[in-house]
Amino acid sequence: MSAEHPEGWIPPDVMAGITQQFFEECEEHLALLESGFLRLEAGDHDPETVNSVFRAAHSIKGGAAMLGATALVGFSHRFESALAHFRTSKTFPSHDVLKVFLKATDQLADLVRATRAGKELTDEQLNAASRELAGLADTTGTDTSPVAHTEEPAFSPVRVEFEDFAPAEQPWTIDFRPHAELYAKANDPIVLLRELKRLGEMDTVLDTSAIPLLSDLNLEDAYLAWSITLHTARTESAVREVFEFVERDCDLHVRAGIAETAIPPAADPRPVPAPALRPGDASQDAPALRAALQQPSTLRVDLERLDRLINLVSELVISEAALAEYAPKDSAQNPNFGEALDDLSQLTRDIQESVMGIRAQPVKSVFQRLPRLVREIEKATGKTVRLTIEGEDTQVDRSVIEGLTDPLTHMVRNAIDHGIETYEQRQKANKPAQGSLRISAAHRAGRVVIEVADDGGGIDRDCVRAIAVKQNLISADAIVAGEDIDNLIFEPGFTTADKVTDLSGRGVGMDVVRRSVQALGGRISVSSRRGAGTTFALSLPLTLAVLDGMLVSVCGQSLVVPLAALLETVQFSCDNVHKVGPNASLLAIRGSHVPLIDLGATLGYKPQSQLSADGIALLVEDDAGRRVALAVDDILGQKQVVIKSLEINCHRIAGIAAATILGNGLVALILDVNAVMASQKIGLAQDERLMAHA
Amino acid sequence: MRDAAARNQAQETQERRDFLVFRVGAQEFCVDVLAVKEVRGWTPTTSLPKVPSFLRGVTNLRGTVLPIVDLGDRLQIACDTAIEDRIVVVVWIDRKLLGLLVDAVCDIVTAGDKNLQAMPDLTGEPIHTSVTSLITVDGRVIGLVALDQILADTRSQNA
Amino acid sequence: MLEPKTILTVDDSRTMRDLLGNALREAGYSVVQAGDGQEALGALDSIKPDLIITDINMPRMGGFNFIDQVRRNPRHRATPILVLTTESAPELKERARKSGATGWIVKPFDPARLLDAIRKVGV
Repeated sequence: MSAEHPEGWIPPDVMAGITQQFFEECEEHLALLESGFLRLEAGDHDPETVNSVFRAAHSIKGGAAMLGATALVGFSHRFESALAHFRTSKTFPSHDVLKVFLKATDQLADLVRATRAGKELTDEQLNAASRELAGLADTTGTDTSPVAHTEEPAFSPVRVEFEDFAPAEQPWTIDFRPHAELYAKANDPIVLLRELKRLGEMDTVLDTSAIPLLSDLNLEDAYLAWSITLHTARTESAVREVFEFVERDCDLHVRAGIAETAIPPAADPRPVPAPALRPGDASQDAPALRAALQQPSTLRVDLERLDRLINLVSELVISEAALAEYAPKDSAQNPNFGEALDDLSQLTRDIQESVMGIRAQPVKSVFQRLPRLVREIEKATGKTVRLTIEGEDTQVDRSVIEGLTDPLTHMVRNAIDHGIETYEQRQKANKPAQGSLRISAAHRAGRVVIEVADDGGGIDRDCVRAIAVKQNLISADAIVAGEDIDNLIFEPGFTTADKVTDLSGRGVGMDVVRRSVQALGGRISVSSRRGAGTTFALSLPLTLAVLDGMLVSVCGQSLVVPLAALLETVQFSCDNVHKVGPNASLLAIRGSHVPLIDLGATLGYKPQSQLSADGIALLVEDDAGRRVALAVDDILGQKQVVIKSLEINCHRIAGIAAATILGNGLVALILDVNAVMASQKIGLAQDERLMAHA
Repeated sequence: MRDAAARNQAQETQERRDFLVFRVGAQEFCVDVLAVKEVRGWTPTTSLPKVPSFLRGVTNLRGTVLPIVDLGDRLQIACDTAIEDRIVVVVWIDRKLLGLLVDAVCDIVTAGDKNLQAMPDLTGEPIHTSVTSLITVDGRVIGLVALDQILADTRSQNA
Repeated sequence: MLEPKTILTVDDSRTMRDLLGNALREAGYSVVQAGDGQEALGALDSIKPDLIITDINMPRMGGFNFIDQVRRNPRHRATPILVLTTESAPELKERARKSGATGWIVKPFDPARLLDAIRKVGV
């Protein structure tokens, strides 16, 4: 405690932190407001939902008031007042009213952000906000008086007591008889008398006349009274303020002057024990536990600082890889080095995982926008959809979450616009009139899988095929398996919409979704049953920053094959390779045959496939479970690599997902196994066609 | 984008701008110095699969993956310097970095609007899409590289 | 050495908890904080504060319910409780009184007013 500052004074740097935290908390309250209103709009009739939005508005107001953000106080107070009506009447706002609330939420958000940025809101902005809230009060049928009430300062400012300037001291007579309730609420007459004594010279007479015989004594009852003469320069209200907390729990008479009937002062007023019992004392507290409770369980960190930390850790991983590169080859020379390096690797990995864990967030932030989106699409399409959301608490890296909104939005649009049939069609198909859309998230094998499933008509493969032929994606006589036809919808430029509707967006199709999912290091797959519905599955990495991969060499280039896609490495020779047709080779692995592909040729590093008689291959699997063996020149070992984006003028490099920087400073490309197999499959289909013709 | 913005600004205010001039074969080209991040020596690149040949590959620029465009290949002018002696001009294009591989950096020239002229119609010439203006200073004719166009047709060439 | 007095603060707003916590610690109190009534009741199982300061509007268990629970608990029923209220309107004071609170603090408060209220309940 500093001498210059009053007790309880909070230093400015601490205050700055609290202010910062307040705005962060505001963002959470704003999100709560929005999701709460959306739930109400979706027909949620839980009074707790109304309570929670009320609390959110209330908390913004309370914090703003403490920090002196008056504009914010005013607006959030209006917001709260309009909500109070529903809270007390236990009714639910109508759709129209909810729209107004949602709009007002946006305005509140603007106001919060403007306040945070230290910006003065223009009159225009404030007026717009006020009009909105005036409308809000009107539509809710709320008595406008609480709103009008805020035109005057809503909160009592720190009182300036002019009475301090009145110097004349005068005597007051105070009769004070506590009731039992006073003690029951843990008030204490002695404390009040002590407070009163702060105002001036005081004589106290205890009146014990009400104390009954011991046999009649009720420990819970109150029997004592005091008669007090106080000499003070303060006013009657200052005197009464001492008894503010107890004025309903006692008989209190305050009058100017000395009472003529005052009981003569007792020579030695006995100390009066507080009748309310206070068992136990502070020493019983468990100090360790108290300390634990005092520890804040969360710490808020600026995202920028966290990102900087993550970048540094990424660089640390690279440095660690470099160190491993330069490690003495002969371990006997310095056996401790290898051990130390292993320890360092483990530590680096632990640090990395911990840091990545900090960035994890529930997918809720993306999912909570979906109900509103669905409603909008319903309106535009005239279809009705029941939306089910599962696993919204699934944690994903923040960067993945940020990139998820667009593809997910697109998929939901597609599902309702193209997937779910019209009311008439559904009736004809004997399906419930309301379509169903299920969106779920779950952790699966080190990745996050997000599914968007509708119960619509499923993919019309004949139609897809016809369009693919028309758009030259496949040749008219190509033999394409059923599920491969489904995958054609991800081809660039493909669109199933006969007419470009407002919703599915001007010819932009699933290829864009696939590209943005791939940009996240993710994969998309589709499964569909005619008449029963379509499910899109997004498989996403938990983090965008690092990847476990196998470093291989192809045509003199270093390539990283993600371990997630790698099943095993296989030696091949004439014993287990079978030529099929002019170009294709099959590799026998435990009784089954998978295509053996010259990776160098597939990537275009050499003009045509030249599989050597023997060599080494990586058996990989794509999202759909299809396997292929990729022949490479050499396997250099397993590596954890830091993913660097490889985007050249928004142009994706065929077959490459991203890049990384190796310990030797050179760039290595990270293979996109799905893309490689997709490009290969068209070729295979053509080979098969050739074979069929031969 | 920066280049375009800078161009607009120049048109409006008649301000003079500085251009970094470099050499590809015997010809001179330039970019706005505001778009230049740095100039560095050649480092080995990692080839990218199935891209136009002028996209030479990617290299490590202090932890960032930097794509390198071989300007000689792009403009179809033969370079006359050994690969390891060539220079990479690192430029900003729409908040992303790109390296331009050139024979040598010459100097910086200052030019105003009067020195600037749109490239005459050379449709069919490989140069016409990526060099859209000419700067004439002290008898030199310097092609201004349109940075926003330098990668523009990678997609069509690839398809 | 005199043990510092312990105050339990109950508020769902971190901002408010921080403001209270800082002001009270600066004033020499030992502070235990809880985010709602439920959490505070849990804390009361193991500590015995000299004072409780609680907000009213909180998720899970609001302030009035919390006070009711404390007053029913023989171990804590004599503990002074101050409620934080945003309104100074008489009806809110009335509600605070009815709930069994010892007194109230009207938000926004400055440290001096906070400590005034605390002193008035004898802590």
